[in-house]
Amino acid sequence: MTAVPSPARATPADREPVFRMRDVSKVYHVGDVEVVALREVSLELYAGEFVVLLGPSGSGKSTLLNLLGGLDTPTRGEVDYRDHALSEGGEERLTRFRREHVGFVFQFYNLIPSLTAAENVALVTEIAGSPLDPREALDLVGLAERADHFPAQLSGGEQQRVAIARAVAKRPDVLLCDEPTGALDVETGRRVLEVLDRVNRELGTITAVITHNASIAAMGDRVIRMSSGRIVGIESNAARLPASELAW
Amino acid sequence: MVRVGALDRKILRDAWHIRGQILACALVVAGGINSFVSLSSVNRTLAASQAAFYESNRFADVFAGAVRAPEPVARALADLPGVAALETRINVRVNLDVPGLAEPARGRLVSLPRERAGGLNALHLSRGRMPAPLSQDEVLASEAFALANRLEPGDAIRAVMNGHYQRLVVVGVAISPEFIYALGPGQLVPDNRRYGVLWMDRKGLEKAYDMEGAFNDVVARVGPGASIPAVLDGMDRVLAPWGGVGAYDREDQLSHRFLSDEIAQNATMARVTPTIFLAVGAFLLYTILTRLVQMQRAQVGLLKAFGYSGAELALHYLKLALIISLAGAALGVASGLPFAHHMLALYAEYYFFPMSPGGETARVSLAGVALAVASAALGAVPAALRAARLPPAESMRPEAPPRFHAGALERWGLRRALGPAGRMLVRHLVRRPLRFAANVGGIAVAVSLLVMMTAMLDGVRYLMDWQFNVVQRDDLQVVLAEPRSRAALDEFRALRGVLEAEPVRLVPARLRHGHHMKRGVLYGLDADPNLRRVVGENGRAWPLPEEGVLLTAIFARRLGVEAGDTLDVEVMEGRRPRAGLLVTGIVDEPIGYAAYASRATVNRLMGEGDVLTGAWLRVDAAERERLFATLKAMPQVAGANLRDASWEQFRAMIDRSVGIMITVNLLFAWIIAFGLVYNGARIALSERGYELATLRVLGFTQREAAGLLLGEQAVVTAAGLPAGLALGLALTLYFVWMLTTQLWRMPLVLTGANLVGAMAAVAFAAAASGGAVAWRLRHLDLVGALKARE
Repeated sequence: MTAVPSPARATPADREPVFRMRDVSKVYHVGDVEVVALREVSLELYAGEFVVLLGPSGSGKSTLLNLLGGLDTPTRGEVDYRDHALSEGGEERLTRFRREHVGFVFQFYNLIPSLTAAENVALVTEIAGSPLDPREALDLVGLAERADHFPAQLSGGEQQRVAIARAVAKRPDVLLCDEPTGALDVETGRRVLEVLDRVNRELGTITAVITHNASIAAMGDRVIRMSSGRIVGIESNAARLPASELAW
Repeated sequence: MVRVGALDRKILRDAWHIRGQILACALVVAGGINSFVSLSSVNRTLAASQAAFYESNRFADVFAGAVRAPEPVARALADLPGVAALETRINVRVNLDVPGLAEPARGRLVSLPRERAGGLNALHLSRGRMPAPLSQDEVLASEAFALANRLEPGDAIRAVMNGHYQRLVVVGVAISPEFIYALGPGQLVPDNRRYGVLWMDRKGLEKAYDMEGAFNDVVARVGPGASIPAVLDGMDRVLAPWGGVGAYDREDQLSHRFLSDEIAQNATMARVTPTIFLAVGAFLLYTILTRLVQMQRAQVGLLKAFGYSGAELALHYLKLALIISLAGAALGVASGLPFAHHMLALYAEYYFFPMSPGGETARVSLAGVALAVASAALGAVPAALRAARLPPAESMRPEAPPRFHAGALERWGLRRALGPAGRMLVRHLVRRPLRFAANVGGIAVAVSLLVMMTAMLDGVRYLMDWQFNVVQRDDLQVVLAEPRSRAALDEFRALRGVLEAEPVRLVPARLRHGHHMKRGVLYGLDADPNLRRVVGENGRAWPLPEEGVLLTAIFARRLGVEAGDTLDVEVMEGRRPRAGLLVTGIVDEPIGYAAYASRATVNRLMGEGDVLTGAWLRVDAAERERLFATLKAMPQVAGANLRDASWEQFRAMIDRSVGIMITVNLLFAWIIAFGLVYNGARIALSERGYELATLRVLGFTQREAAGLLLGEQAVVTAAGLPAGLALGLALTLYFVWMLTTQLWRMPLVLTGANLVGAMAAVAFAAAASGGAVAWRLRHLDLVGALKARE
């Protein structure tokens, strides 16, 4: 069974989808065991929308995100970004795609410990086409005054905000966040989500957030629920709740 | 029965997991053990064989010569205090006509002991039989000479004995402790085709040289505790009335000198080379194990929680060091023994004596294994202790993120010049300065080994080029059987094919200054010689002083003489005149103990007229063959040294050993460079794989990520190369100092080609190993970077 998304209010039917996945399956081989991570999934993402991916461990959320981000290619089916076929991309094409269009935010921040906050951001802006100034990006996440601190001098939430600044500084078309609050306490997590919300609203970046935390669903335009490698439901929120008002 | 427990299985699998690094480290250890086993076993074999041969064949301690002493004088010599055994001999220079050789060969004809069975410097007959008693035409040939000229028992050669041609039949081939290394007069490298030693029955030789009831040569052994200088003095005194030419001990005995110098140099190499390797190996092991323990913090914590003690865990990691060192030792011994065999075979071409490795190889191999294990322990123990000391609770938690800071370099403005990638690199290096320094040092060692080895070869080449092209510009050196008047020179000049002839008056002499005494050769040369010049290090030719002598630097240093001092010169020939001569200059010639004076000075000292003992000739190449034939037939000519032949001989010797030396040293340097860079890059990959995967996810290409990974190794290599030149210079200076024997002064020759070549070779190895690690970046788990935390 394939869930087909119904056009939501935030994704008017006259808009062209930015990402389009058609009948995508992904099979991993772990030793002698075949693991089907995605089963014939179809999905479209539209410009400017904030999508929350919900589901238990092993439901295929991360695999879906990796395919969208050009970290992996599908076993069957097609993934298109505008007019690029990501499913046919070689390693070099995928690298270029990530470099030009995708911002990643990791669960464990993945900052380079030997670089300061500003330098971590600069690492990406230096290889991007028309990036934000690193300071500007840090200002966006409220960390302008911490620009010259090394990761070891920052709290977990601050590190994650630097990671977000690093991800958005290249003005990506899509921001992919895998459990961005997974390693953070409630209050800090809320601040990080506020930053993501702000980036989405101010820069219009498509934002996809993977989470275990169902309460985050209320801040997305659409909520995609996954289970056993399938999309089992897509809901559209009539109104997005600000992160500060989320019931954690 | 050995039971492999679970913990042992873990370390075996850990080893398999990091097999590349283990292999690199084991190879470095193998290099050390290879050099230790090969050099030490060669060294011990040479030293033990020398001692054994000297002992079994009763090599003399003291040597003396005279013009002609009646046999009863032997009694007085034997009665000298300290003399334990004494033998008189006939020992003459002889001109040889060898079948198939255009120019005359030279040789030495020595009488066999009257008592064939015993005697000093006893011969070891390797083929054939002893000459028949009283025979005047049967000889034993030295093994070296027989081999070079393919002489077998039954073959005949001709000799000019006492001015007459004599047909000699070689009835046997022998070796002697006295002529292990046979160097003809004027030769710098043995030329066994053109110089040989023959032995003949005493009676036969007495007859041929009118020496019945007399002798001209003495060899003796001294008793335990005897004073050798006192024996030498006594012999000089006793022999003085009989034309004594001065007694000397083993230190001045050419064959012994060369062999002993060789053994001493070899011993130096056997100490230095393995030390360098094993130090690098210990460092590699330290970094590998430290990293392993760091990565396995959680496992260590878990094992401690299970109840394993710190000591058990330390032992656990030490076992890995044991695996590496035993693998390295096995490889080193297995490759070192054949190499030792090969080196001994090479020695056997120049040194003729029975070489029997005996029990030495087994002992050295065992010592090699022990050395490998000990040096590995040096590197492994600190890392193992770290595992032992990890508190279990703490080790279960991930390590705190490494702290970095902007260093002094950056505050000085480097920050602006560097991009983020450059800053990452600088901060990583600055964070572990000791590791950085040790890596740089290792690369420097690799470079310096090559620089030193090439400098040594270049030095020897320079020495020879100096001797054969700068100092000597003759084609042929003619030695007269005895001093002759100037008319002899005119005779040479008149010979067809001779373009230029320059006379020389050579006398052996003892030079004394203060309490120093040293034997050497006093050259009487033309005032402004052209074919055989006296040239200083700056290439300037020295004119011969009208009065006084020039001294080689090596001689001057030995005697403690400076220009302006007066030297006491005692000639060891004829009436043995003794006089004081003013030292007018010190010439920085690299070879030998020589004093140069004008021929007039020497003639005056000798109280003789215009006399010469030889000449240097420049000849017309087209007439060479004919000229040789003519010279061979001239009874007054005792011999001729061909410049080209000596040069050829030397080149052959160098070429034979150079190929293998270059290969081995290049291999050694590569192993070190490869081991260091590969290991460094693997550790960087292990420490920063997560970081690199993150960058790849962020859109960095493989090449950019590789650049970040290898940048550190590139900086290490770039810093190590020039440091290697400096270390190479130091090492070369050390070896120049070590290898300067009593006979040579090793020159310091560092060419641009050497320096550039050494750096290029090491850079190549570094690039290759870096490339091998960069290739692994293909397999970085990008998806894992999103989830995993180190």
